[in-house]
Amino acid sequence: MAETPVAEHRPASAALAEAARVGLIAGALAFPVLALRAEPDFSNRLVLQPRWSWMLGAAVAGFAGRLLLSLLPPRRPKTAQAAQAKRASRRAAQAFAAFGLGLIFIWPLLVLLALGPGGALKWIDNYGVQILIYVMLGWGLNIVVGLAGLLDLGYVAFYAVGAYSYALLATNYGASFWICLPVAGCLAAFWGVLLGFPVLRLRGDYLAIVTLAFGEIIRIVLINFSALTNGDAGIASIPRATFFGLPFVPGPKGFDAFFGLPFSPIHRVVFLYYLILALALVTNLATLRLRRLPIGRAWEALREDEIACRSLGIDTTKTKLTAFALGAMFGGFAGAFFAARQGFVSPSSFNFTESATILAIVVLGGRGSQIGVAAAAIAIVGGSELLRELDFLKHVFGEDFDPTQYRMLLVGLAMVMMMNWRPRGFVSTREPSIFLGARKQIGGDFVKEGRG
Amino acid sequence: MEVFLQQLINGLTLGSIYGLIAIGYTMVFGIIGMVNFAHGDVFMLSAFIALILFLALQQFFGVQSLALSFVIVLFLSMALTGLWNYAIERMAYRRLRGSFRLAPLISAIGMSIFLSNFVYVAQGPRNKAAPPMFTEVVKLTSGGAYNVTLSYKQILIVVVTAVLLAVFWFVVQKTPLGRAQRACEQDAKMAALLGIDVNRTVAATFVIGAALAAVAGVLYVLYYGVVNAADGFVPGVKAFTAAVLGGIGSIPGAVVGGLLIGLIETFWSAYFSADYKDVAAFSILAITLIFMPSGLLGRPDVEKV
Repeated sequence: MAETPVAEHRPASAALAEAARVGLIAGALAFPVLALRAEPDFSNRLVLQPRWSWMLGAAVAGFAGRLLLSLLPPRRPKTAQAAQAKRASRRAAQAFAAFGLGLIFIWPLLVLLALGPGGALKWIDNYGVQILIYVMLGWGLNIVVGLAGLLDLGYVAFYAVGAYSYALLATNYGASFWICLPVAGCLAAFWGVLLGFPVLRLRGDYLAIVTLAFGEIIRIVLINFSALTNGDAGIASIPRATFFGLPFVPGPKGFDAFFGLPFSPIHRVVFLYYLILALALVTNLATLRLRRLPIGRAWEALREDEIACRSLGIDTTKTKLTAFALGAMFGGFAGAFFAARQGFVSPSSFNFTESATILAIVVLGGRGSQIGVAAAAIAIVGGSELLRELDFLKHVFGEDFDPTQYRMLLVGLAMVMMMNWRPRGFVSTREPSIFLGARKQIGGDFVKEGRG
Repeated sequence: MEVFLQQLINGLTLGSIYGLIAIGYTMVFGIIGMVNFAHGDVFMLSAFIALILFLALQQFFGVQSLALSFVIVLFLSMALTGLWNYAIERMAYRRLRGSFRLAPLISAIGMSIFLSNFVYVAQGPRNKAAPPMFTEVVKLTSGGAYNVTLSYKQILIVVVTAVLLAVFWFVVQKTPLGRAQRACEQDAKMAALLGIDVNRTVAATFVIGAALAAVAGVLYVLYYGVVNAADGFVPGVKAFTAAVLGGIGSIPGAVVGGLLIGLIETFWSAYFSADYKDVAAFSILAITLIFMPSGLLGRPDVEKV
C-alpha cells in the first residue's frame, strides 16, 4: 500500500493509521446490531444468529472509505477558469432541462410506442404518475422550505387534508373531482394558516419540531376519529377522476365510447399522467411568477436574514403565513389527486417517513431551485421504484434480500452527506429575482446565509 | 385512590426513562445550540444493543445470574452507544457547526432516518420480545378490589436512574470535563481562546448524552420487553418535549420535564383516552414552545444581532 499516491501534505502512514482507526470503530459499531441478528425460534424465544462476515465487511468498508477520503486531492480555490467551466456546465444544464421537459411531455407516448398498451401501464403509472406527484409535492414544499426558509416537517399533513377532503366529499356527497380539487386546495391552505399562525414567532428549529408535532397530531386524529375517517382501515372506493364528466369505464357512457375508441385501462393512466403533469407545472409556474412579486422577494429575504427583514419593515408574519398557506394549498391539490388516483386513502400513507421523503427531495435537490427539486424527485422516487426491479440480486444475496428496504437508508445517508459537502443541495446556484444591469447567476458559496 | 397511586408509580417509572433521554437533548442543545433529532433513534439503537447483549450473555457465555448480566449489559451498552454517538457527531455534525442554522437539524433528520432504517435492515421489521426479567412484584395494598403493586422492575428503574443522575451531576459540577462543558456552553469561542479543546468537549457531551440514553434503552427493554426499529421516533419526540418543558439547556429541567411528561402521559391514558396519549404529549410540546419557550427552569433566549 506504500506506493499509493497520497496527497503531498500528509504522509501515507498517517492516512493508513487514521483509516485503521476508523475501520476498528466501524467494526465495533457493527458488533451487536449488525453482527448478531435476533430471530425467534420455534418456541418464539429469541435466538442470536451470528453473521461475523457482516461485521468484517463494516470494518473493511470503514477502512476503505476513510483511506479513499484521504487520497482525494484537497479542494482547490476557485479560479477564473473554473468559473468559465462552471458557466459552460450551466448552459449544458439548461439545455438538459429543456430536453428533460420535452421527454416528460412525450414520455407516455414513447412508452406506448415502445412496449404497447400492455407493457406500458406500469411504466406510465409507477415511473410517471408516481414521480410527478412527488415533483409536485417537492415544488409545493419548496415554497415553504426553499423560498421562505421555514423548515416544515409536517408537510404531509396538508397532503392528507387534501386527500381526505376529496375522499370524504366524493364518497359522502358524490361531489366530482373537478369541484373538489379547488375545495381541497382551499381547505389545505386554511389548515396551513391555522397551523402556521401559532408557530410563526418561533425560531427555525423550533418551528420545524412544532410542525412535526402538528403533522403527527393530524395523523393520530385521522386514525382515531373513526366516525368520520373510518380509522386505520381508511376510505375505500373513492370515485376516480373523470375526463370533464366522462368516466373511464367500459360501456356507452364512458370516455372510450364517446371518442369511438376501444376500451382500454391505459387511457385513464395516460389521462392521470397529463393531469398531474399539468398540476405540477401550475405549481412551478405559480412559484416562478410569485418570486418576481414583492411577496416572493420578501420570502427570499426572510430566508437569508430574518432580523434584517424585520428592520427593513417587512411584515414577517404576513410573509410567513402566505408561504405556509400557498405551500399547503399545492400539497392539498396533490392530495386530492392522490386520492382520485388510488381510489383509497388511509392514515398510513401520511406518516413521518412521507414528510421526510418530501423534505429530502427539497434538501437534496437544492432549496429554492425548481429544476434541482424535480431532478431529486426523479432520482429518489424513480430510484426506489428501480430498486423494486432489482430482483436478480436475490440470486446473489439469497431469497431474504429485499432491495426496497434500503431506500430510506440511502435517503438518510444522502441527506447527511449533502449537508456536509454541498449544504445548498445538488443545484446550489441562486438566481437573483432583482438585479442591476445584467442578470448574473450567483453561486451559493457567495451568499452568506443569516443565522436568524 | 388506589388507581391514582398506581398511575403515580407507573408515571414516575416512565418519566425516569424520558428524563434520561431528555438530558441528551438538553446537553447538546446547551453546548452547540442544535436540536439533535437523531437522539431518539440513538435511544432505540441502544435498546437493541441491550437486548442483543442480554441474549448473547445467555446464549454464548451461559450467564444465568440476572443481576450480573444486568450490570454487564448496562455498562457495555453505555460504552457502545457512546461510541455510536461519537461517530455520529464526528461524521454528521462536526463540520456543520459554522454552517447556517438549519444545516445540523437537517443532517440530524437524515441521521435519524438512517439509524432507524439501519436497525430495520439489520434486525428485521418484526417486534423483538425479550425474555421476561425481574418479574416479581410487591403488593402495596391488599384486600381491596384494586391492589396497588410495585414491581421490582420499577424499583430498579427508579433506583438506577437516581444513582446515575447523581454520578452525572457530579461529573458536570465537579470534574474538569464538566467545567469545560459549562464554559463551552456559555461561550465556545472564549473557551477555545482560554485553551479548552472545544471539539473534544462537544464530543464528550455527545458520548455522555448517548450513555444516558443507553441507560434508558436498557431500562426500556427491561420494562416493556419489546423493541422495534420504529420505536425511536415517539419516545424521542416525547423526551424532547420533556427537555423543552423543563427549559432546554437546563439539566435539572430535563429531569423534571421527563417526570412531568411521564406523569401526564400515564394519567391522561388512565383518565381520558389512551388513543390520544401521543396527542397530549405533542400538544404540550407545541404549547410550551409557543407560549413559554424558555420552559420551567430555562433561561430566556436572548436574540443577539
